[in-house]
Amino acid sequence: MHIPDGFLNTGVSVATGVIAAGAVGYGLYKAREELDEKSVPLLALCAAFVFAAQMLNFPVAGGTSGHFLGGILVAVLLGPWLGDLVIALVLLIQCLGFADGGLTALGANVFNMAVIGTILSYYIFYGIKTLLPKNRTYFLASIAAASWVSVMLASGACAVELAISGTSPLSVALPAMLGVHAVIGVGEATITVLVVGVVLAVRPDLVRTYDHQTLIPKLEEAKVGQ
Amino acid sequence: MEARKKGIYIFIFAGLALAVALALIVSPWASSSPDGLEKVAEDKGFIEKTEQTDPTWNSAPVPDYAMPGLDESHPALATALAGLAGTVAIFLIAWGLALVLKKRGDEGKADSPGISSGLTE
Repeated sequence: MHIPDGFLNTGVSVATGVIAAGAVGYGLYKAREELDEKSVPLLALCAAFVFAAQMLNFPVAGGTSGHFLGGILVAVLLGPWLGDLVIALVLLIQCLGFADGGLTALGANVFNMAVIGTILSYYIFYGIKTLLPKNRTYFLASIAAASWVSVMLASGACAVELAISGTSPLSVALPAMLGVHAVIGVGEATITVLVVGVVLAVRPDLVRTYDHQTLIPKLEEAKVGQ
Repeated sequence: MEARKKGIYIFIFAGLALAVALALIVSPWASSSPDGLEKVAEDKGFIEKTEQTDPTWNSAPVPDYAMPGLDESHPALATALAGLAGTVAIFLIAWGLALVLKKRGDEGKADSPGISSGLTE
Protein backbone atom coordinates (compact mmCIF):
# COMPACT_ATOMS: atom_id res chain seq x y z
CA MET A 1 0.00 0.00 0.00
CA HIS A 2 3.07 2.22 -0.30
CA ILE A 3 2.10 5.13 -2.56
CA PRO A 4 4.82 5.95 -5.13
CA ASP A 5 5.68 9.39 -6.53
CA GLY A 6 3.23 10.67 -9.11
CA PHE A 7 -0.10 9.53 -7.63
CA LEU A 8 -0.76 12.47 -5.32
CA ASN A 9 -1.05 16.18 -5.97
CA THR A 10 0.84 18.76 -3.94
CA GLY A 11 -2.12 19.66 -1.73
CA VAL A 12 -2.69 16.08 -0.61
CA SER A 13 1.06 15.47 -0.13
CA VAL A 14 1.41 18.58 2.03
CA ALA A 15 -1.79 18.10 4.05
CA THR A 16 -1.08 14.45 4.89
CA GLY A 17 2.57 15.37 5.50
CA VAL A 18 1.64 17.98 8.09
CA ILE A 19 -0.68 15.60 9.95
CA ALA A 20 1.90 12.81 9.76
CA ALA A 21 4.63 15.13 11.09
CA GLY A 22 2.35 16.18 13.95
CA ALA A 23 1.63 12.55 14.87
CA VAL A 24 5.32 11.62 14.75
CA GLY A 25 6.24 14.74 16.74
CA TYR A 26 3.72 13.89 19.45
CA GLY A 27 4.93 10.28 19.37
CA LEU A 28 8.51 11.46 19.98
CA TYR A 29 7.27 13.59 22.89
CA LYS A 30 5.25 10.75 24.41
CA ALA A 31 8.15 8.33 23.90
CA ARG A 32 10.25 10.26 26.42
CA GLU A 33 7.86 9.40 29.22
CA GLU A 34 6.73 5.99 27.97
CA LEU A 35 10.06 4.33 27.14
CA ASP A 36 11.54 2.18 29.87
CA GLU A 37 14.11 -0.60 30.10
CA LYS A 38 11.74 -3.14 28.58
CA SER A 39 10.22 -1.07 25.81
CA VAL A 40 13.52 0.16 24.32
CA PRO A 41 14.62 -3.27 23.05
CA LEU A 42 10.99 -4.22 22.30
CA LEU A 43 10.61 -1.16 20.08
CA ALA A 44 13.75 -2.16 18.16
CA LEU A 45 12.47 -5.71 17.75
CA CYS A 46 9.07 -4.47 16.57
CA ALA A 47 10.69 -2.26 13.92
CA ALA A 48 12.91 -5.10 12.67
CA PHE A 49 10.04 -7.60 12.65
CA VAL A 50 7.62 -5.27 10.82
CA PHE A 51 10.30 -4.45 8.24
CA ALA A 52 11.06 -8.13 7.62
CA ALA A 53 7.41 -9.15 7.56
CA GLN A 54 6.53 -6.37 5.12
CA MET A 55 8.96 -7.94 2.61
CA LEU A 56 6.93 -11.13 2.56
CA ASN A 57 4.19 -10.54 0.02
CA PHE A 58 1.63 -13.34 0.12
CA PRO A 59 -0.57 -14.07 -2.91
CA VAL A 60 -4.22 -13.10 -2.79
CA ALA A 61 -6.82 -13.74 -5.47
CA GLY A 62 -6.35 -12.67 -9.08
CA GLY A 63 -2.61 -12.12 -9.57
CA THR A 64 -2.37 -9.74 -6.63
CA SER A 65 -0.23 -9.89 -3.52
CA GLY A 66 -0.54 -8.35 -0.12
CA HIS A 67 1.80 -7.87 2.79
CA PHE A 68 1.59 -7.39 6.51
CA LEU A 69 1.16 -3.83 7.75
CA GLY A 70 1.78 -4.29 11.47
CA GLY A 71 0.00 -1.23 12.88
CA ILE A 72 -2.18 -3.13 15.35
CA LEU A 73 0.67 -5.49 16.28
CA VAL A 74 2.97 -2.67 17.36
CA ALA A 75 0.15 -0.69 19.01
CA VAL A 76 -0.93 -3.73 21.05
CA LEU A 77 2.66 -4.41 22.15
CA LEU A 78 3.86 -0.83 22.68
CA GLY A 79 0.78 1.39 22.79
CA PRO A 80 -0.37 3.73 19.99
CA TRP A 81 2.34 6.40 20.25
CA LEU A 82 5.42 4.20 20.32
CA GLY A 83 3.66 2.07 17.70
CA ASP A 84 3.17 5.13 15.50
CA LEU A 85 6.92 5.82 15.74
CA VAL A 86 7.80 2.25 14.77
CA ILE A 87 5.63 2.26 11.64
CA ALA A 88 6.80 5.75 10.64
CA LEU A 89 10.45 4.68 11.06
CA VAL A 90 9.89 1.56 8.95
CA LEU A 91 8.27 3.68 6.21
CA LEU A 92 11.13 6.22 6.32
CA ILE A 93 13.79 3.51 5.97
CA GLN A 94 11.83 1.76 3.20
CA CYS A 95 11.54 5.04 1.30
CA LEU A 96 15.12 6.27 1.71
CA GLY A 97 16.92 2.93 1.77
CA PHE A 98 14.88 0.73 -0.54
CA ALA A 99 12.98 3.11 -2.86
CA ASP A 100 9.69 1.65 -1.57
CA GLY A 101 7.11 4.45 -1.48
CA GLY A 102 7.79 7.86 -2.97
CA LEU A 103 9.50 10.61 -1.00
CA THR A 104 6.70 13.04 -1.96
CA ALA A 105 4.18 10.43 -0.76
CA LEU A 106 6.01 9.68 2.51
CA GLY A 107 3.66 11.93 4.47
CA ALA A 108 0.62 10.20 2.97
CA ASN A 109 2.09 6.77 3.63
CA VAL A 110 2.81 7.67 7.26
CA PHE A 111 -0.68 9.17 7.51
CA ASN A 112 -2.34 6.03 6.10
CA MET A 113 -0.33 3.39 7.91
CA ALA A 114 0.92 5.06 11.11
CA VAL A 115 -1.87 7.56 11.88
CA ILE A 116 -4.91 5.68 10.49
CA GLY A 117 -3.53 2.13 10.53
CA THR A 118 -1.88 2.40 13.95
CA ILE A 119 -3.13 5.25 16.17
CA LEU A 120 -6.77 5.44 15.04
CA SER A 121 -6.98 1.66 14.68
CA TYR A 122 -5.55 1.25 18.18
CA TYR A 123 -8.50 3.21 19.60
CA ILE A 124 -10.87 1.00 17.60
CA PHE A 125 -9.11 -2.03 19.12
CA TYR A 126 -9.43 -0.42 22.55
CA GLY A 127 -13.15 0.19 22.00
CA ILE A 128 -13.79 -3.40 20.92
CA LYS A 129 -11.70 -4.75 23.80
CA THR A 130 -13.65 -2.66 26.32
CA LEU A 131 -16.98 -3.99 25.05
CA LEU A 132 -15.95 -7.64 25.21
CA PRO A 133 -15.48 -9.80 28.33
CA LYS A 134 -11.95 -9.72 29.70
CA ASN A 135 -10.15 -12.90 28.82
CA ARG A 136 -7.41 -14.05 26.48
CA THR A 137 -9.73 -15.29 23.74
CA TYR A 138 -11.71 -12.05 23.51
CA PHE A 139 -8.48 -10.04 23.70
CA LEU A 140 -7.20 -11.89 20.62
CA ALA A 141 -10.61 -11.55 18.95
CA SER A 142 -10.52 -7.75 19.37
CA ILE A 143 -7.00 -7.79 17.88
CA ALA A 144 -8.23 -9.80 14.88
CA ALA A 145 -11.14 -7.44 14.25
CA ALA A 146 -9.06 -4.29 14.66
CA SER A 147 -6.28 -5.67 12.42
CA TRP A 148 -8.74 -6.24 9.58
CA VAL A 149 -10.33 -2.82 10.14
CA SER A 150 -6.89 -1.14 10.20
CA VAL A 151 -6.05 -2.44 6.71
CA MET A 152 -9.48 -1.44 5.38
CA LEU A 153 -9.23 2.07 6.85
CA ALA A 154 -5.68 2.60 5.60
CA SER A 155 -6.59 1.45 2.08
CA GLY A 156 -9.75 3.56 2.19
CA ALA A 157 -7.70 6.61 3.15
CA CYS A 158 -5.36 5.82 0.26
CA ALA A 159 -8.33 5.71 -2.16
CA VAL A 160 -9.61 9.06 -0.86
CA GLU A 161 -6.16 10.61 -1.40
CA LEU A 162 -6.04 9.25 -4.96
CA ALA A 163 -9.50 10.69 -5.61
CA ILE A 164 -8.73 14.15 -4.19
CA SER A 165 -5.51 14.19 -6.24
CA GLY A 166 -7.54 13.52 -9.41
CA THR A 167 -5.69 10.25 -10.02
CA SER A 168 -8.74 7.96 -9.87
CA PRO A 169 -12.36 8.81 -9.06
CA LEU A 170 -13.53 7.71 -5.61
CA SER A 171 -16.30 5.58 -7.14
CA VAL A 172 -13.57 3.56 -8.89
CA ALA A 173 -10.66 3.64 -6.44
CA LEU A 174 -12.57 3.07 -3.18
CA PRO A 175 -14.40 -0.18 -4.06
CA ALA A 176 -11.30 -1.52 -5.84
CA MET A 177 -8.98 -0.76 -2.90
CA LEU A 178 -11.42 -2.02 -0.26
CA GLY A 179 -12.15 -5.16 -2.28
CA VAL A 180 -8.51 -6.22 -2.51
CA HIS A 181 -7.70 -5.20 1.05
CA ALA A 182 -10.67 -7.07 2.52
CA VAL A 183 -8.70 -10.20 1.62
CA ILE A 184 -5.29 -8.79 2.62
CA GLY A 185 -6.86 -7.78 5.96
CA VAL A 186 -7.58 -11.44 6.74
CA GLY A 187 -3.84 -12.10 6.38
CA GLU A 188 -3.13 -9.11 8.62
CA ALA A 189 -5.51 -10.42 11.30
CA THR A 190 -4.06 -13.94 11.12
CA ILE A 191 -0.43 -12.81 11.45
CA THR A 192 -1.20 -10.30 14.22
CA VAL A 193 -3.15 -12.81 16.33
CA LEU A 194 -0.47 -15.44 15.80
CA VAL A 195 2.37 -13.15 16.90
CA VAL A 196 0.52 -11.64 19.87
CA GLY A 197 -0.56 -15.15 20.88
CA VAL A 198 3.06 -16.29 20.96
CA VAL A 199 4.20 -13.23 22.94
CA LEU A 200 1.34 -13.73 25.43
CA ALA A 201 2.40 -17.34 25.91
CA VAL A 202 6.10 -16.54 26.34
CA ARG A 203 6.28 -13.03 27.84
CA PRO A 204 2.79 -11.68 28.66
CA ASP A 205 4.41 -8.74 30.48
CA LEU A 206 5.56 -7.39 27.10
CA VAL A 207 2.01 -6.95 25.83
CA ARG A 208 1.36 -3.46 27.14
CA THR A 209 -2.34 -3.32 26.31
CA TYR A 210 -3.20 -6.67 27.93
CA ASP A 211 -5.32 -6.31 31.04
CA HIS A 212 -2.57 -7.34 33.40
CA GLN A 213 -4.35 -6.15 36.54
CA THR A 214 -7.26 -8.49 36.01
CA LEU A 215 -5.49 -11.40 34.34
CA ILE A 216 -1.85 -11.59 35.40
CA PRO A 217 -2.18 -11.38 39.24
CA LYS A 218 -4.03 -14.70 39.20
CA LEU A 219 -1.04 -16.28 37.54
CA GLU A 220 1.40 -14.69 40.00
CA GLU A 221 -0.72 -15.84 42.95
CA ALA A 222 -0.80 -19.34 41.55
CA LYS A 223 3.00 -19.34 41.30
CA VAL A 224 3.42 -18.00 44.85
CA GLY A 225 1.00 -20.61 46.14
CA GLN A 226 3.05 -23.48 44.74
CA MET B 1 12.55 -10.02 39.06
CA GLU B 2 16.19 -9.46 38.06
CA ALA B 3 16.21 -12.74 36.14
CA ARG B 4 13.07 -11.60 34.35
CA LYS B 5 14.85 -8.39 33.26
CA LYS B 6 17.76 -10.35 31.83
CA GLY B 7 15.34 -12.78 30.21
CA ILE B 8 14.00 -10.03 28.03
CA TYR B 9 17.21 -10.01 25.99
CA ILE B 10 16.80 -13.71 25.24
CA PHE B 11 13.29 -12.93 23.98
CA ILE B 12 14.45 -9.89 21.97
CA PHE B 13 17.32 -11.68 20.26
CA ALA B 14 15.20 -14.78 19.57
CA GLY B 15 12.69 -12.44 17.97
CA LEU B 16 15.40 -10.72 15.97
CA ALA B 17 16.69 -14.11 14.81
CA LEU B 18 13.17 -14.93 13.60
CA ALA B 19 12.88 -11.58 11.77
CA VAL B 20 16.30 -12.07 10.16
CA ALA B 21 15.37 -15.62 9.14
CA LEU B 22 12.15 -14.34 7.54
CA ALA B 23 14.00 -11.60 5.67
CA LEU B 24 16.93 -13.79 4.67
CA ILE B 25 15.32 -17.13 3.88
CA VAL B 26 11.64 -16.49 3.14
CA SER B 27 11.79 -13.15 1.31
CA PRO B 28 13.24 -14.54 -1.98
CA TRP B 29 10.09 -16.72 -2.17
CA ALA B 30 7.66 -13.88 -1.49
CA SER B 31 5.04 -13.23 -4.16
CA SER B 32 6.25 -10.85 -6.85
CA SER B 33 2.69 -10.08 -8.00
CA PRO B 34 1.66 -6.42 -7.75
CA ASP B 35 0.37 -5.47 -4.30
CA GLY B 36 -3.17 -4.22 -3.68
CA LEU B 37 -2.51 -0.60 -4.65
CA GLU B 38 -0.35 -1.49 -7.69
CA LYS B 39 -2.98 -3.93 -8.93
CA VAL B 40 -5.74 -1.32 -8.63
CA ALA B 41 -3.50 1.21 -10.40
CA GLU B 42 -2.90 -1.27 -13.25
CA ASP B 43 -6.56 -2.28 -13.56
CA LYS B 44 -7.89 1.26 -13.36
CA GLY B 45 -5.27 2.62 -15.74
CA PHE B 46 -3.34 5.08 -13.58
CA ILE B 47 -0.12 3.11 -13.05
CA GLU B 48 1.59 5.15 -15.79
CA LYS B 49 1.30 8.22 -13.59
CA THR B 50 4.15 6.88 -11.46
CA GLU B 51 6.04 5.36 -14.40
CA GLN B 52 6.15 8.78 -16.06
CA THR B 53 7.28 10.52 -12.86
CA ASP B 54 10.95 10.80 -12.01
CA PRO B 55 11.49 9.61 -8.44
CA THR B 56 12.14 12.50 -6.05
CA TRP B 57 14.70 10.36 -4.23
CA ASN B 58 16.84 8.08 -6.37
CA SER B 59 19.80 7.59 -4.06
CA ALA B 60 18.35 4.62 -2.20
CA PRO B 61 21.33 2.32 -1.51
CA VAL B 62 19.26 -0.86 -2.03
CA PRO B 63 16.54 -0.03 -4.57
CA ASP B 64 13.61 -2.47 -4.73
CA TYR B 65 15.01 -4.77 -2.03
CA ALA B 66 17.78 -6.15 -4.27
CA MET B 67 21.45 -5.72 -3.39
CA PRO B 68 22.95 -3.76 -6.27
CA GLY B 69 25.39 -5.74 -8.41
CA LEU B 70 23.80 -9.06 -7.53
CA ASP B 71 20.25 -8.61 -8.81
CA GLU B 72 21.13 -9.64 -12.37
CA SER B 73 23.18 -12.75 -11.61
CA HIS B 74 21.67 -13.93 -8.32
CA PRO B 75 18.24 -12.32 -7.78
CA ALA B 76 17.31 -14.53 -4.82
CA LEU B 77 20.61 -13.80 -3.05
CA ALA B 78 20.24 -10.07 -3.81
CA THR B 79 16.82 -10.06 -2.11
CA ALA B 80 18.00 -12.17 0.83
CA LEU B 81 20.98 -9.91 1.53
CA ALA B 82 18.81 -6.79 1.19
CA GLY B 83 16.43 -8.29 3.74
CA LEU B 84 19.25 -9.16 6.12
CA ALA B 85 20.86 -5.72 5.84
CA GLY B 86 17.57 -3.88 6.22
CA THR B 87 16.37 -5.90 9.21
CA VAL B 88 19.62 -5.54 11.15
CA ALA B 89 20.00 -1.86 10.21
CA ILE B 90 16.48 -0.90 11.30
CA PHE B 91 16.89 -2.88 14.54
CA LEU B 92 20.02 -0.87 15.41
CA ILE B 93 18.55 2.47 14.30
CA ALA B 94 15.35 1.89 16.28
CA TRP B 95 17.29 0.83 19.40
CA GLY B 96 19.51 3.91 19.14
CA LEU B 97 16.57 6.24 18.64
CA ALA B 98 14.70 4.70 21.58
CA LEU B 99 17.77 4.99 23.83
CA VAL B 100 18.17 8.68 22.98
CA LEU B 101 14.48 9.36 23.63
CA LYS B 102 14.54 7.41 26.90
CA LYS B 103 17.63 9.33 28.05
CA ARG B 104 15.91 12.63 27.31
CA GLY B 105 12.88 11.43 29.22
CA ASP B 106 14.98 10.37 32.21
CA GLU B 107 16.67 13.79 32.27
CA GLY B 108 13.25 15.45 32.18
CA LYS B 109 12.05 13.31 35.07
CA ALA B 110 15.19 14.07 37.09
CA ASP B 111 14.48 17.80 36.69
CA SER B 112 11.16 17.43 38.47
CA PRO B 113 11.88 15.24 41.53
CA GLY B 114 8.35 15.59 42.82
CA ILE B 115 7.02 13.63 39.87
CA SER B 116 9.88 11.17 39.57
CA SER B 117 9.61 10.04 43.18
CA GLY B 118 6.05 9.07 42.47
CA LEU B 119 6.83 7.22 39.27
CA THR B 120 9.93 5.26 40.17
CA GLU B 121 9.87 2.60 42.82
